[in-house]
Amino acid sequence: MDHSHDHHHAPPILGHSSLVTRPTCYLCSVDPRARLLVAVAFSVVVAVLLKSPTALWLALAVGIVAVAMARLRPMAVLKRLVPFNLLVLVLFLVLPLTKDGQPLVTLLGFDLTGEGFLQAGRIALKGNAILLTLMVMLGTLDVGILGHTLSHLRVPDKLTHLLVFTVRYLDVLHREYLRLAAAMKTRGFRPRLNRHTLATYGYLVGMLLVRSFDRAERIVAAMKCRGFRGRFYLLDHFSFSRRDVPFCVVSIVTLLALIVVQYT
Amino acid sequence: MHISEAMLTDSLEGNLALGAGMALAAAGTAVGLRKMDYERIPQVAVLSSAFFVASLIQIPGPIAVHLVLNGLMGLILGWAVFPAVLIALVLQAVLFLAGGLTAVGVNTVVMALPAIVCYYALNRSARSASEPVAFLAGFAAGATGVLLGIFLAAAALITAGEEFKLLGEGAVLWHLPVAVIDGLITGSAVVFLRKVRPELLEAPLLANQVEVTHG
Repeated sequence: MDHSHDHHHAPPILGHSSLVTRPTCYLCSVDPRARLLVAVAFSVVVAVLLKSPTALWLALAVGIVAVAMARLRPMAVLKRLVPFNLLVLVLFLVLPLTKDGQPLVTLLGFDLTGEGFLQAGRIALKGNAILLTLMVMLGTLDVGILGHTLSHLRVPDKLTHLLVFTVRYLDVLHREYLRLAAAMKTRGFRPRLNRHTLATYGYLVGMLLVRSFDRAERIVAAMKCRGFRGRFYLLDHFSFSRRDVPFCVVSIVTLLALIVVQYT
Repeated sequence: MHISEAMLTDSLEGNLALGAGMALAAAGTAVGLRKMDYERIPQVAVLSSAFFVASLIQIPGPIAVHLVLNGLMGLILGWAVFPAVLIALVLQAVLFLAGGLTAVGVNTVVMALPAIVCYYALNRSARSASEPVAFLAGFAAGATGVLLGIFLAAAALITAGEEFKLLGEGAVLWHLPVAVIDGLITGSAVVFLRKVRPELLEAPLLANQVEVTHG
């Protein structure tokens, strides 16, 4: 059975909006294993191997082109870049102060070094390039099939089962939490920074754990009742097809080009 | 408490820290998986989803504080905390793009290693017959989880370069109130669990017994 064409785009989890607008896209039909491997390879190459400004600018350009080609929703993409770039802002303020090097300017008695600005710049380029490609490769991936994908990539069974179960119950427990929070609000609970609020949140966390513990017992009972014998069977099988060839070729050539630019 | 891979990989030492984090996370996860048999997978998964959801709770106040709760995770999950945190971080990287893929190892160690410390140091006192002792054990677990975690994160950053020292120190200071808040909440949660479902605090011990009876 080939399921790779059935999973079009990731459903929103915990209220997060999807990156993909259209129900079908070329990338969504590419073998998820290939997308995952390319995401990891790109992260490793850009994070560990690239250092020169030229190579890093090129990596950022690759990320932008990939986002444009995958036609992700621009606002959703920008929103997800915000947290990292706030950190970048802090780095631009701090690193010129703390990095050793030739003082570029002196402000209020503090030496700001060019090396510090350059380092902050490298981090900004590197981080954004990786985030953009991750969005293209993984934002289009359904977390529901992430477990199967990893399993086909020989990740240990127990770990993938844990992942599949965690994904399955994330939304269930989020709803459980919203129910508990609504019940607290109905009883007139208003969170403030005081002892009572913290104790109440402690009980809320405790209640959430108790409910999930009980739920886990019911799950195990239901599994045993259906003859669970300690292993799961993979229902999704992926097949590498001709459609995947262009994606892989373009990805490999891009990665090699980045490495060549860095080391020549 | 996430370290960004871009910050860590700008120097050789940082890359080594990244690699060391991966190796430690892999070792911890291997131990965690060995101690957790198939029947316990749903339990660990549902509990770790609960922790994932609980970490979205925001505490009102002058600074936006999210709960970390890794101390409580340690008390309840024992060694299973390593695979549980690893998966939570992979999901965070995929769903929210927080942390990045190559830094998953370091970030797992930052969260899970303090949790294991809490498990060994405080698991017994958290099950104490006296309520104040249980609360204090919970408080210590919550505070230790956050503080030890941020120390590890700062240490990784400073290994990557002296220029990150100021940032690391700032991050530790920033997390002092977070540690107190996490401690108070973990303390109340432990007191609550002790009354309502004490088995939960014994869950990691039960797992070992199951392993023994299965041979």
